Amino acid sequence: MSSVINIREIAKKEPKLLPGHRLCAGCAAPVIVKLILSVVEGPVIVANATGCLEVATTIYPYTSWRVPWVHNAFENAASTAAGIDAAIKALRRRGVIKNNKVNIIAFAGDGGTYDIGLQALSGAIERGHDFLYVLYDNEAYMNTGIQRSGGTPMGAATTTSPAGNVIPGKPQHKKPIADIVVAHKAPYVATATPAHWMDLMRKAKKALSIEGPKFLHVLSPCPRGWRHDPSLTMEIAKVAVDTCYFPLWECENGEWRLTDRSLAIAKNPQLKKPVEEFIKVQGRFRHLLRPENKHVIEKLQEYVDAVWADLLKRTGFK
Amino acid sequence: MAAERTQEIVMGLNGNEAVAWAVKQCNVDVVAAYPITPQTIIVEEFSEFVANGEVNTEFVPVESEHSALSACVGAAAVGARAFTATASQGLALMWEILYIAAGLRLPIVMAVVNRALSAPINIHCDHSDAMGARDSGWVQLYVEDSQEAYDTVIQAFRIAEHPDVLLPVMVNLDGFFLSHTLQDVRILPDEVVKKFVGTRDPIKIKVPYLGDKEVPLVLDGETPITLGPLALPDYYFEHKMPQVEAMEKAKEVIKEVNEEYARLSGRKYGNGLTVAYGLDDAEAAVVLLGSAAGTVRYVARELRREGYKVGVLRIRAFRPFPVEDVVEKLSNVKVVCVMDRAISYGARGGPLFMEVRSAFYDSPEKPIILNYIYGLGGRDLPPAVARKIFLELLDIAETGRVKQLINYVGVRE
Repeated sequence: MSSVINIREIAKKEPKLLPGHRLCAGCAAPVIVKLILSVVEGPVIVANATGCLEVATTIYPYTSWRVPWVHNAFENAASTAAGIDAAIKALRRRGVIKNNKVNIIAFAGDGGTYDIGLQALSGAIERGHDFLYVLYDNEAYMNTGIQRSGGTPMGAATTTSPAGNVIPGKPQHKKPIADIVVAHKAPYVATATPAHWMDLMRKAKKALSIEGPKFLHVLSPCPRGWRHDPSLTMEIAKVAVDTCYFPLWECENGEWRLTDRSLAIAKNPQLKKPVEEFIKVQGRFRHLLRPENKHVIEKLQEYVDAVWADLLKRTGFK
Repeated sequence: MAAERTQEIVMGLNGNEAVAWAVKQCNVDVVAAYPITPQTIIVEEFSEFVANGEVNTEFVPVESEHSALSACVGAAAVGARAFTATASQGLALMWEILYIAAGLRLPIVMAVVNRALSAPINIHCDHSDAMGARDSGWVQLYVEDSQEAYDTVIQAFRIAEHPDVLLPVMVNLDGFFLSHTLQDVRILPDEVVKKFVGTRDPIKIKVPYLGDKEVPLVLDGETPITLGPLALPDYYFEHKMPQVEAMEKAKEVIKEVNEEYARLSGRKYGNGLTVAYGLDDAEAAVVLLGSAAGTVRYVARELRREGYKVGVLRIRAFRPFPVEDVVEKLSNVKVVCVMDRAISYGARGGPLFMEVRSAFYDSPEKPIILNYIYGLGGRDLPPAVARKIFLELLDIAETGRVKQLINYVGVRE
């Protein structure tokens, strides 16, 4: 598989996720899916966990998917993909499947990955199945109405971590899910956003060229849950990276690299913006801007700084 | 027929090993399983076949039963023949995916080594696990011995993959009573089984957006088939009706496969749905599932020798439930005792009892039908107890007096 991404050629091809689906205006998920599927060469099978992406793209008798697609349940996108991988190996041995490579991609949200699907994901990676797991992380259970998940950041108001008079949003930090996958010794783990689209496509392409379990953690701004104007989706994804709230990196066989804007920030630390820049444009953090909640922003900033400093160390910048 | 039978080899196998041998011979593409007592031997034995290169199967040693069935769903969606095995808590953990496997019409075969459910935790036999999956849309077959476990797993692939059925099939064998008890099992030659089960041949469908050509209903990497979409109130119900019809059609298919297999092996299990003994003239009969049927039939034979008119109806297919068959076979019996190895808390009797009683509602001729709940958590049903039950039934047949409709066998006061 060539590592060059020819945008002109890709733009000529029909998208593999068709328009007409019912995801919200400003939802980043379909952008992420389209970007990733655009770099797939050859056969592909998609396993989709229950969630916004699944329910909004396959309302019977319609479907938006131009690729073979299966939805099993919420927590088992990884084990479904594992079964697909096993079947392809067996069917190839029997001569039923003759293609060189069938790409297997699992798409799941943060609930289906950080929380209820973590066990299945961990097992599938440990067993070394050949698949790409894409976490589109909108940082809460958006499909069921914005409940907090293990991926929700500290201070964010959700319907189960509301900003009350005593508790100002979610008390805990986001789980370092991509680090957890790296700790499994998966051959390729990377973070991405749809705003840094070339970076995302490049990482997807690289991931698909590697044998074994691959993991892409893609930040997916959600206008409904994050309470921002739908037109700001890409801007917010950019600010997430500019503030180092969501750094862009890849870890290939244990070797860490910063990429895209995060690499630029590492080289020129003045580019790093305060986390408040990310917070102030989102309604879910509105309460944090009140003086009595200033300490939450400070804690979040400390956390972001610590994670970033650690990442700089891992990538050889400090 | 004779040729194949003489080629059979006889092996001392327990029920689990018999299942593993059947799976080995059935060209299974993917086995995904997780260990749980008393099912473990199936997985262990099969792992050895894999490790020794005796099968082409891809074995997925998953991290839970939930993932075992999830992986089978993924594998079957691609067109693979998939198998798993579990018991008790493991089946309970699969519960969510049981419905999905059936709803997606994936012909997965699963051996369930029946074991009681916690709490209290118990590793021994009863049918509470499978009864919890009663309404999940799986065909449920219950076997009486290890030979039948072997034979039924082979048959199960044919039943599941039959174009009129396309439903997952659960083969139930009693934990420890069968799973860990050695028996002489006749094993058919590999080629004979391979020919009988064939390879999975996915059905072809027309997809509106793919034009007039028919495409195989599998995810092949190229054809854009959406499997497992969202269906709202406007279409959900329509997805359920074909499952109802398939389950009904499964009755005929189970019978046919039983006949065809009999021609091959000389072994036949009643008409496939039920196995009757002594019912032509029986005044009292016991209806039950699984291995205890052997004990009850042994006692019935003794009693018949002594001149008592007793019989046994073993239900082999609990889903689909052979209503017509049950009514026909039991209509002339005066007293029927349905023996359940499971409780439906708060219900009027056990699950098998409710089926049998309900089957007779519209019949002008109906027996007195009692429920005896027995053997929970592996408690034995010795011949003496079975004998006592038969004698109680004969007494009721004579006097017409029923003291107790629902009875719990051998429980301490």
